[in-house]
Amino acid sequence: MADDPITQFQISKLVPIEIGGLDFSFTNSSLFMVATVATASAFLYLTTSSRGLVPSRLQSVSEMSYEFVANMLRDAAGTAGMKFFPLVFSLFTFVLVANMFGMFPYFFTVTSQIIVTFALALLVIGTVLVYGFWKHGFKFLKLFVPSGVPAAVLPMVVIIEIISFLSRPISLSVRLFANMLAGHITLKVFAGFIVSLSSLGAIGIGGAILPLIMTIAITALEFLVSFLQAYVFAVLACMYLNDAVHPGH
Amino acid sequence: MFVAPAFAQELETEADQNGHTEVGVEHGSTGVFPPFDSSTYPSQLLWLAITFGLFYLFLKKVVLPRIGGILEVRSDRIAQDLDQAARLKEESDAALAAYEQELADAKAKAGAIGQEARDVAKAEADAERKKVEASLESRLSEAEARIALIKDAAMRDVSQIAEETTGLIVQELLGSKTDKAAVSAAVKAVRG
Repeated sequence: MADDPITQFQISKLVPIEIGGLDFSFTNSSLFMVATVATASAFLYLTTSSRGLVPSRLQSVSEMSYEFVANMLRDAAGTAGMKFFPLVFSLFTFVLVANMFGMFPYFFTVTSQIIVTFALALLVIGTVLVYGFWKHGFKFLKLFVPSGVPAAVLPMVVIIEIISFLSRPISLSVRLFANMLAGHITLKVFAGFIVSLSSLGAIGIGGAILPLIMTIAITALEFLVSFLQAYVFAVLACMYLNDAVHPGH
Repeated sequence: MFVAPAFAQELETEADQNGHTEVGVEHGSTGVFPPFDSSTYPSQLLWLAITFGLFYLFLKKVVLPRIGGILEVRSDRIAQDLDQAARLKEESDAALAAYEQELADAKAKAGAIGQEARDVAKAEADAERKKVEASLESRLSEAEARIALIKDAAMRDVSQIAEETTGLIVQELLGSKTDKAAVSAAVKAVRG
């Protein structure tokens, strides 16, 4: 059934590849990862190739996204956090372009795959852990011991801090995944109503106007969500990376 | 046919499949909800690592240094231009001050020259006037002297004419020659 709302998340193999019993096929998901990365890279590379002192419109877009992410990271993690700028910029651009690709009809949404968002979240948390321990050694564990807390409740607080730290990759990845998934399912369902209703004759066509309006409104909302989720992902990544740079609260 | 019931049914069958077994093949490969289909994970992870890794490297090595460079060059250029503008403004201020100074000097000089010219002209005019006045004075006194002279002469002539006239009148009346000395004494006596 082509028009059920789940089919759009179906992964289909384009080039079957199997290594050591594991399936590493080049799928539609892989295709859209490549498309996302290629589009973003080409845009950033080509718009800045003239290195105009007075930027063209497209060059301004690249420069604005650069400064947008740079300010975001500097506000959250300070100047010391700027060493993570390439990572945060890559994450933001990748998620944003992948989300926007998902808004095209019949396109695959890479970020609606929990494994993709979870991998990106783990990348952030992994960076925090590795850099935190490498830079601060065991002092990094002060992250879990807030200063100024009475000794009586300290164990409790430490446990809560640890749980909150461990839940970060889950919340970070599920937030993005669920938003994209739910938005696309809603769009598909409402768009499906239009088709089903309009097949019922004159009254049905009249009634199909309602889901049509909903679909248009939700499409606009989804564009907003696409940007917002990329932004939220990047902001949270900045805040988590801040812990790696400044572990003491 | 409505989609919603169909969707509901779909979800039911999925729930069934998830609950019992993964054998049922309804759509796709395994029938589980696609994002939770762990058989696709290795492939997705591999390709994400490849694409995102390349993307990261490309941005880090090429794009971000380039944009950063563009922004830095621009801010340098702006700072430089501002410096130059400040320098030019200073120069123009100095030029303006110099011009005003020169203008004031020139005005003062022009005033001095005018004053001098006026003084000279005034002095010349005074001298001229004095000269003219002096010459007029001398001519006046000369004329007065001449008048006095003429008057004297005329007075002298008058007594002579009176004597002659008296002599002639007496001669006519008496028919004899008159004594010149007596006439003149008489005339003198009359004139007082």
